[in-house]
Amino acid sequence: MLDEQNRAKECTVKLTVNGTEHEVDVEDDMPLLWVLRDELNIKGVKYGCGVAQCGACTVHIDGVAVLSCQIPAADVDGRITTIEGLGTTETLHAVQAAWIEYQVAQCGYCQPGQVMQAASLLSEIPNPTDAEIDDAMSGNLCRCGTYLRMRAAIKAAATKLQEA
Amino acid sequence: MARIGTIARRTFLIGSAAVVGGVAFGYYAYKRPAQNPLLEGLDSGTAALTPYVKIDQSGITLITPRADSGQGAYSVQAMLIAEELDVGLDQIRVDPGVPSPAYYNTALSSEAAPFRATDDGLVAETTRGVMDAMMKFIGMQITGGSTTVPDSYDKLRIAGAVARETLKAAAAQQSGLDVAALKTANGAVILPDGRTISYVELAPIAATLEPVQQVQLRDPGAWRLIGQAVERLDIVAKSTGIATYGIDLEVEGMLHATVRTNPRRGGPMNSFDASAARGMRGVVDIFEITGGVAVVADNTWRAFQAADAIVFDWGPAPYPAQMEQHWQVLSESFNEDHLDSRRRDEGDVDAAMSGAEVITAEYRAPYLAHAPLEPISAMVRVAAEQVDVWAGTQIPRLLQSTVADMTGFGVDHVHVHAQIMGGSFGHRLEDRVVREATEIAMQMPGVPIKLTYSREEDTSHDDTRQIAMARGQGVVRDGKVETFDLGIAMPSVIASQIGRLGFPVAGPDMQIVAGAWEQPFKIPNYRVSGYRAPELAPISSWRSVGASTNGFFHDVFLDELIHAAGADPMAERLRLCWHDPSRKVLEAVAEMSNWGAPLAANKGRGVAFCMSFGVPTAEVIEVTDTPNGIRIDTVWVAAEVGRVVDPVNFENQVQGGVVWALGHAMNSEITYSDGQVDQQNYYDFEGMRHYHTPQIHVRGLENGDHVRGMGEPMVPPAPAALSNAIFAATGQRVREMPMHKFIDFV
Ligand code: FES
Ligand code: FES
Repeated sequence: MLDEQNRAKECTVKLTVNGTEHEVDVEDDMPLLWVLRDELNIKGVKYGCGVAQCGACTVHIDGVAVLSCQIPAADVDGRITTIEGLGTTETLHAVQAAWIEYQVAQCGYCQPGQVMQAASLLSEIPNPTDAEIDDAMSGNLCRCGTYLRMRAAIKAAATKLQEA
Repeated sequence: MARIGTIARRTFLIGSAAVVGGVAFGYYAYKRPAQNPLLEGLDSGTAALTPYVKIDQSGITLITPRADSGQGAYSVQAMLIAEELDVGLDQIRVDPGVPSPAYYNTALSSEAAPFRATDDGLVAETTRGVMDAMMKFIGMQITGGSTTVPDSYDKLRIAGAVARETLKAAAAQQSGLDVAALKTANGAVILPDGRTISYVELAPIAATLEPVQQVQLRDPGAWRLIGQAVERLDIVAKSTGIATYGIDLEVEGMLHATVRTNPRRGGPMNSFDASAARGMRGVVDIFEITGGVAVVADNTWRAFQAADAIVFDWGPAPYPAQMEQHWQVLSESFNEDHLDSRRRDEGDVDAAMSGAEVITAEYRAPYLAHAPLEPISAMVRVAAEQVDVWAGTQIPRLLQSTVADMTGFGVDHVHVHAQIMGGSFGHRLEDRVVREATEIAMQMPGVPIKLTYSREEDTSHDDTRQIAMARGQGVVRDGKVETFDLGIAMPSVIASQIGRLGFPVAGPDMQIVAGAWEQPFKIPNYRVSGYRAPELAPISSWRSVGASTNGFFHDVFLDELIHAAGADPMAERLRLCWHDPSRKVLEAVAEMSNWGAPLAANKGRGVAFCMSFGVPTAEVIEVTDTPNGIRIDTVWVAAEVGRVVDPVNFENQVQGGVVWALGHAMNSEITYSDGQVDQQNYYDFEGMRHYHTPQIHVRGLENGDHVRGMGEPMVPPAPAALSNAIFAATGQRVREMPMHKFIDFV
């Protein structure tokens, strides 16, 4: 019986990730997180909790931050951007540049998610207040406790982006 | 600064050896040569060399044997070598090296010896020597106990200096010039006429020379790197998502595994039914391993899903099933039968209390998970000729021997590839995930098996921080603290942890009283007793170990007595403190926080002090009692570390450690019901988030003569300062963590 259910769940999913189109054949409830990590080998998307508690898995869908552990890949309607697509070492996004300047990372494991969340925040609110930063960022845990540097980096990136 | 004598006494002889196309410089063990991991396959008479610097035709590599779980250890170690070698950090590669007994960590064993960090007497030094010898015997290449900086501080600089001077000698030989005329900069020797010869070019000649041992370490005034903020070597990779952690490994032909073991830790598995799981898509195999079941699949999520579909019948836990029983065990341990140590016993506590008005208090600190954001994982491949282990670990050398024992391969056929760690906080001092991955890989020879824990499995199967309880009795007189008597009961962390690694432990466990017995206070009647409770649930080193609980107990009780005496919390701590570097951190934090300035009626401030890992650390916390609860506004931290190697990394570490300590103190605990951990994920083990985070101001003092690491010492005083601040703001004394049982935080 389970076999039948499983077969029924399989589907072909088309995804556009960082500008590249992919087609994968997966269960219709496999979270985007795991399709990106294990099927497409895009490892900048991190697994931290799997239950919307940590933000490590944050990606953009059409520029908006989404927890990839919470959305089945089959339900994605839009262009996906991961940290690898936000900016590279040669073409840093303003948030990444600020993260480097402020030496935010310790272990760094949360940082792809933090950077994606911060980039999404600044595209919606170019000059966020402390309270707006708290609202946007509080779903992203950092066990190393780098929150103060992130706050400074977000403000620096906001200034840079507005000058640009 | 003539440092030669020091070098000789500590036998930091730096040797060199030819490697393909170049030279390696490193620690030369003059007695029984430790095996050199970089010379494998080369026949060489200099097998005693353990390299810190390798220069070959591909460039300059600095080998940094202490693991980096996020504290910037690779960068700090590289800075120490590069300072003396005269290379820029952009000119070198960093390699964590391979497990080798010669990278043993001497600073860690010093902390295990039962002497106060303030005690430099001959006996203390001698005992440190004994512990060092034992550490070398075990070959503990361990990252822990905030020892990376102190252990590396001399060794790595000397290695850099010897390499530099030998390269100069090589340049002298090649150019026919006097070595005194040569200078070095940017990875090259500079000739008097301005021409340069690169280290890479000189490396083959240097390999033929006797290394120059007569080196002088640079005067701190001439440092280019140490004391400066440098861009961390890993910062770009970690800001752009290209840093690869153990959990991200992807190799040809690999399979994904996960495990389920008894949630009643260490209890038996009576039976399991995997019939539903076996038919699920992508499942390759499901089989029994020690203590539970492994699922092997073609994708991590499918392994998790299949594991969820297995039905288990688990047997009972070997420890009490309910949390109240754990506390009961501690409560019943405050007696002479369980007395483990009483190394602080001054004046006459019992006489001072008889007939006096005695102030008493009881304190509790819960089990805590480490919960690094990267769930634990390990990849193992058991091939015909060798075993490969890829893991983020603080104990590469022990893993190597464990895996060798399990697989029957010799240790030299077990290759441990150290991975970047997404946090550890002590979690990766354990080897269970590697043992399990090895067991699975042994069933599937030749296939790389990456074992990943689900967050739930990681949280509920952690070897946690100890639970601990303390009872204080004290007397105050004439506005002064006169009698301070603190008993602390906990199971032995060291026995639980080292026991799991297979080493016997004898003698008192000083972690039971660490952060309490060795505090630099002079109180007329002053006693600290450690009571060793029977073993309960498995426990392990959690950032700052014993001091993480005892710093809270000792300082909050001191604060209670000071308030009872009617004294000022800062002034009375200063009056009681006899240790000059410790007084200086108290004075610094008083000045930084403008202690004594008037506060709004709904605000309160607390100060706390704890010396741990040889670092006197004082913290002041200011809170506001808002209508919705307590808001932590500001934290000021001053610590005496001897030398701040990188000020930005230092500040980041200290701020992170304060966030760590306060987050757990506010809202986190691990509890047991029916023998199982109640908490599963970050929704019930949360820690601090962005919106909670206070301002944190940090100052590192550089007055001491030892160099100390700062991975842990900021943790113990923080919960105490918070409790003391809450008392100042509200009059409510919080004696138990997590504090959200009694206080709402906003
Ligand atoms: S993994 Fe998605 S929120 Fe934690
Ligand atoms: S930097 Fe380690 S979890 Fe954020």
